[in-house]
Amino acid sequence: MEDALVLARAQFGLNIGFHILFPSLTIALAWFLLGFRVAYQRTRDPAWLATYKLWVKIFALSFAMGVVSGITMSFQFGTNWPGYMTKVGAIAGPLLSYEVLTAFFLEATFLGIMLFGMNRVPDWVHILSCVLVASGTTLSAFWILALNSWMHTPTGHVLDGAQWIAADWIQVIFNPSFPYRLAHMVIASGLTAAFVVAGLSAWRLLAAAGDLGAWKTLRAGVRVGALLIPIQILVGDLHGLNTLKHQPAKVAAMEGLWHTERGAPLVLFGIPNERERRNDFAIELPYGASLILTHEMKGEIKGLAAFAPDIPPVAPVFFGFRIMVGIGMLMLLASWAGAWATRGGRTAPRWMLWGLAAMTFSGWIAVLAGWIVTEVGRQPWLVHGVLRTRDAVGDISGAQLGASLTGYILVYTTMLVAYLIVITHLARQGTAGGDHAPSSHAATAVLAQKG
Amino acid sequence: MDMPFIFMALMGISVLVYVVLDGFDLGVGMLMAAADEREQSVMVASIGPFWDANETWLVLGIGILLAAFPAAHGLVLGALYLPVVAMLVALMVRGVAFELRMKALGWHQQLWNWLFWAGSFGASFFQGVMLGRYITGFEAGFGYWLFAMAVGGSLCGGYVLLGATWLIYKTEGALQRKATAWARWGLAWVGLGVALVSMATPLVSATVRDKWFDFPRTLALMVLPLATLAAAWWLWRSITRIREGKGGSDWQPFLAAVVIFTLAFAGLAYSIYPFVVIDRLTIWEAAAHPSALKVVLIGAAVVLPFIAFYTVLSYRIFRGKATAGLYD
Repeated sequence: MEDALVLARAQFGLNIGFHILFPSLTIALAWFLLGFRVAYQRTRDPAWLATYKLWVKIFALSFAMGVVSGITMSFQFGTNWPGYMTKVGAIAGPLLSYEVLTAFFLEATFLGIMLFGMNRVPDWVHILSCVLVASGTTLSAFWILALNSWMHTPTGHVLDGAQWIAADWIQVIFNPSFPYRLAHMVIASGLTAAFVVAGLSAWRLLAAAGDLGAWKTLRAGVRVGALLIPIQILVGDLHGLNTLKHQPAKVAAMEGLWHTERGAPLVLFGIPNERERRNDFAIELPYGASLILTHEMKGEIKGLAAFAPDIPPVAPVFFGFRIMVGIGMLMLLASWAGAWATRGGRTAPRWMLWGLAAMTFSGWIAVLAGWIVTEVGRQPWLVHGVLRTRDAVGDISGAQLGASLTGYILVYTTMLVAYLIVITHLARQGTAGGDHAPSSHAATAVLAQKG
Repeated sequence: MDMPFIFMALMGISVLVYVVLDGFDLGVGMLMAAADEREQSVMVASIGPFWDANETWLVLGIGILLAAFPAAHGLVLGALYLPVVAMLVALMVRGVAFELRMKALGWHQQLWNWLFWAGSFGASFFQGVMLGRYITGFEAGFGYWLFAMAVGGSLCGGYVLLGATWLIYKTEGALQRKATAWARWGLAWVGLGVALVSMATPLVSATVRDKWFDFPRTLALMVLPLATLAAAWWLWRSITRIREGKGGSDWQPFLAAVVIFTLAFAGLAYSIYPFVVIDRLTIWEAAAHPSALKVVLIGAAVVLPFIAFYTVLSYRIFRGKATAGLYD
């Protein structure tokens, strides 16, 4: 049973971790694409059209990765966590089906028009398709985060026999952590996309410094990044305070606080030692944690010991939090430096292009780290205070889970490597030179005749 | 109002729409192996704008199963665990290979072509295996698995038929002529498959036998096989007319194939109803809490007409013959 629980969690975690990479990019990349498309409409600058055509391909590929890994998820809810569906299915089921109904079809159908319909529909329909795809991805984030937030801070539910049902859907959806989590995730997507756009453009510019389209997208990326990162730091702080209120054990694990203290220090670094309940090699800032979390030097913060035995594994939450914050700081530095260097039509120096290229997928690492903080930090609960993870696991045998887990690991690794090779290759070819030039010029000519 | 029944119908419609829509693009994927490089570009172009949305119908079907019949979702997908995983892996490989092949060059393209073919074939076969296991109530034993494999093979034939008739509709010239030959093979194959499954199902399941062999109801039920035969005849004839250049609409074969699928589906639905897991769980036993059903039903009633509208819109925008060079 314990083995099956570990395997079921490993498999689901792998699946959702792989899946989330792609929505976290496409949610915001869809809005970037709308921006590129509208810029072309307004300026009729062929560099914008070529830019749109390049990025819509990267979007389509990322979207397809999200669709296929998402289909897997819809099967695993029942196979890995049947207890989840029998206990809280009356809440989770409707929210998931609203996501499918209102978002998935919208995205998938209008993506076809975005990709292939430019010469077949009037401009306004094409732009409307971009708007609908972007709205679809954002709507999908709304529903899935409503459910996810409810699992962290459940409200609006009542017990009916052996299962939990919704007493008030507004309370279920707009549960206490939902606004913070939604804002945090959507901005995280914005940052992920901003750094992918800036990073891949920098990668292109290292090969062809004269590519006007790549300079346009690089500027768009660093500016959006520079705008979003301070907002994200603020929202992240608010989200943390919200977590302190509703899931204090998670915050204690994030901060590495084992015992309740007044004037708790901020642990900058250390290695959590679960056996002896302390941090080894800790570097601490006195009063730091109390100051940040209670806004008082001597504020009391509950340590993990106060919540035993219901405490999450400390190390992943502790390190995940530090990785996420560290990348956030790097993002602040890189996007502001990039926005400053490229102000007023200036070009950035080569070393900065290398730096941005190196940070292309930094958003993914931050999202995964943040995801580990929040989801591992929820353990041992699946739905906080309502349902424990071990009570939801199914009776699929360890052998079947092991075999399928191996299969998923192989397939996901291969898919990810292929995906990365192809998008960096596409970006390196860029829009101005290479094999894509004749076709995009032909398309411009066709459009010009039509227009 | 009998909500579990409404959801059963909704789920059935989603699955049928999925089978028809993704069926044609899976079929086109399987037929890639029989085409040359230039033809492959046209074939890919004929499904490019649609495949993402087509697969979404599967998510809807599974989503309704999850939301409306949660007990069945765990039971069915748990019992079908390995074929489901194999089917999902194949679908993933295929979807990604499809996107990658359009962007790759040289030998890479050949590799992705091959994976697209293999993924399409695998997904079709394992969907059939899932169906075969499902009809027999997941009985263990060599014979039951053999039956499931046979259903897997038949479903491949069915999807090849859908894919080939889709190509008759979406292409012209030499490729269209090739597609008419593929469609004939597909029809023969699916005919064999449907006959096999129809004869074997009453043998492996007493519940199904009782529902079909109960005079005088059996006489009324004979409408289904007779209509299927008529549709098959119509399909064969319309293909022949197109091959001989006697005109005839190029959409007729596809429509006839859809009719065959719908009739087969109706037969299957009749066999299984009112069970969601045959002999074990009826739709009322498996149904979710009424409060959950109600809220999903409201959402579906509001949103499904929009989905239907823009799905039709998308097929209208991309009507006409497909040409190579999809992104231009």
